[in-house]
Amino acid sequence: MSKAQDTMLYLNGVSVAFDGFKAINNLSIIVRPTEMLAIIGPNGAGKTTMMDIITGKTRPDDGDVMFDGRTDLTKLDEAAIANLGIGRKFQKPTVFESHTIWDNLEMALKKPRGIFAALFYTPSEEDVARITEILETVRLLHRKDEYAANLSHGQKQWLEIGMLLAQDPKLLLVDEPVAGMTDSETEETAKLLREIAKTRSVVVVEHDMSFVRELGSRVVCLAEGAVLAEGSLDQVSANPVVIERYLGR
Amino acid sequence: MLTQALFRALDKKAVWVIGIFLAVAVLVPMANLLIPPGQFGHVPTYLVSLLGKYLSYAILALALDLVWGYCGILSLGHSAFFALGGYAMGMYLMRQIGTRGVYGNPTLPDFMVFLNWKELPWYWYGFDNFWFAMAMVVLVPGLLAFIFGFFAFRSRVTGVYLSIITQAMTFALLLAFFRNDMGFGGNNGLTDFKDILGAPVQAQSTRVILFAATAIALALSVLICSMIVNSKLGKVMVAVRDAESRTRFIGYRVEYVKLFAFTVSAIMAGIAGALYVPQVGIINPGEFEPGNSIEVVIWTAVGGRGTLVGPIIGAIVVNLGKSWFTSALPEFWLFALGALFIFVTLFLPKGIVGLWKQLFGASRKKAEEPAAPTPAQSADIERGEDPSTFDNVQPRPAE
Repeated sequence: MSKAQDTMLYLNGVSVAFDGFKAINNLSIIVRPTEMLAIIGPNGAGKTTMMDIITGKTRPDDGDVMFDGRTDLTKLDEAAIANLGIGRKFQKPTVFESHTIWDNLEMALKKPRGIFAALFYTPSEEDVARITEILETVRLLHRKDEYAANLSHGQKQWLEIGMLLAQDPKLLLVDEPVAGMTDSETEETAKLLREIAKTRSVVVVEHDMSFVRELGSRVVCLAEGAVLAEGSLDQVSANPVVIERYLGR
Repeated sequence: MLTQALFRALDKKAVWVIGIFLAVAVLVPMANLLIPPGQFGHVPTYLVSLLGKYLSYAILALALDLVWGYCGILSLGHSAFFALGGYAMGMYLMRQIGTRGVYGNPTLPDFMVFLNWKELPWYWYGFDNFWFAMAMVVLVPGLLAFIFGFFAFRSRVTGVYLSIITQAMTFALLLAFFRNDMGFGGNNGLTDFKDILGAPVQAQSTRVILFAATAIALALSVLICSMIVNSKLGKVMVAVRDAESRTRFIGYRVEYVKLFAFTVSAIMAGIAGALYVPQVGIINPGEFEPGNSIEVVIWTAVGGRGTLVGPIIGAIVVNLGKSWFTSALPEFWLFALGALFIFVTLFLPKGIVGLWKQLFGASRKKAEEPAAPTPAQSADIERGEDPSTFDNVQPRPAE
């Protein structure tokens, strides 16, 4: 337990099997406060399953999952974990398409999540200012009254990052944020995530190596549900095992 | 807090709908009472009651729309809540008969005397009191929906699986209420009502007041639904409809959102049932028929789900059609209803209201309202692209 101290996310010896297939096998990862961590690895390495475990969608068969050094995440459900301060962006951008961009953010904004709190909610001036600020950050202010369904793929990705920011989480889990983005959008996203990581912990799962390089963070390479290599991107990509199993020769 | 919510509820459309039904609540009784029969504009009393019946159906359709159109819960058992509200009202009306029944028993309704019962069953206590009966109109459907919803939504039963168990619920109630020893009149149900609050049920003035009460109840239902769907909670309901897991991951308890919508909706359905019974003069187990609940779904789909006006229009239009068909071509009504449902599903996914917007609102509204995806479309987007991602709709088995 003492090892979990001073960490934002602490996974120790986590295993989960689906029908006998070990999707995660004795996985241990630590993320410190205001640290960015990039996770790479081949398909089926267990990256998304790991996110599912952290966010309460999947229960691990074994191991510890601690948040902020003290909260055991294996005992909580998705909503409780989200309210603790863990935000997740999905691989496929998922925004609420029949709501406006503004409403998407208003719903995500960190506020009491109870039924009656939501029924009688009226946005305060700070709320409006905060949403406007986020809209500026993700560059969607000029489209705030449009339905999210009308956004391009890349813009949906950005809106979803905006929704994450609105949740004001301590830890962001970001799954393939630049899929379907142009090069310049990718660059902007890297800049934005680096900015976010100044005040929060960020875990990014990504295949795009040039994007991972731009993040300039510590890198963990997963394979078959366990850590294959860890270190800077150069160290990891020079690792002969990683080259064989993931990068290819 | 409440005033702000009320203010939000009264957007332009809602004000119109509420205004229309409040006007109807005054004008139809006036046309009945003030214009002498035979003269132009007179509304005969039988028609007042018929319209009152339609308006109570409209409340039921609106209630269904709140859970189906806005929250994505396709309940195929909403008639059960309607019938339970109706039975609560019926029990009050039975107790008002007093010694005027065939057997002249001052406390026991006729069917109990006929069954040789000596005492009033405990669950009939209090129903001679109007306010107690009205409390039950709200509490019985509300509590059933709350308990049913609590277990169903907590176990994450969704989609067709939920629809099937709501259907099973209404069928189970149908069978239970058919039994004579349940103490609700069995097959014949409750009928031969005499008085409501001291006024004879059959009297013209009573019928007119019941009609006005129904129209006002409909206006209030629109107000409450408008308040809910225009609040942040309403937006969360739509979010649950379109992307349930995503809503969970931003921290909302989807099961509570659904439970709230389902319970409020059941209460509205119960009130509709209570207004329906004195106007038609009977409540029997037939109201629990699974087919009735499906008809409500058709009304809502025809009018346009996910709107507040749609289900009201749908309920009135389809029932006008039903009244005409069942007198002109009785054997074809069910075929017509089925054909209508298929037609609407295929060609008018947003119902009559959607068609109206398409025909008349398109040019005017284009700038401010770029085409929103229909619930069906956005669900297709969700599911169509990549079935392996998180938002597939398979239910989890009960945990």
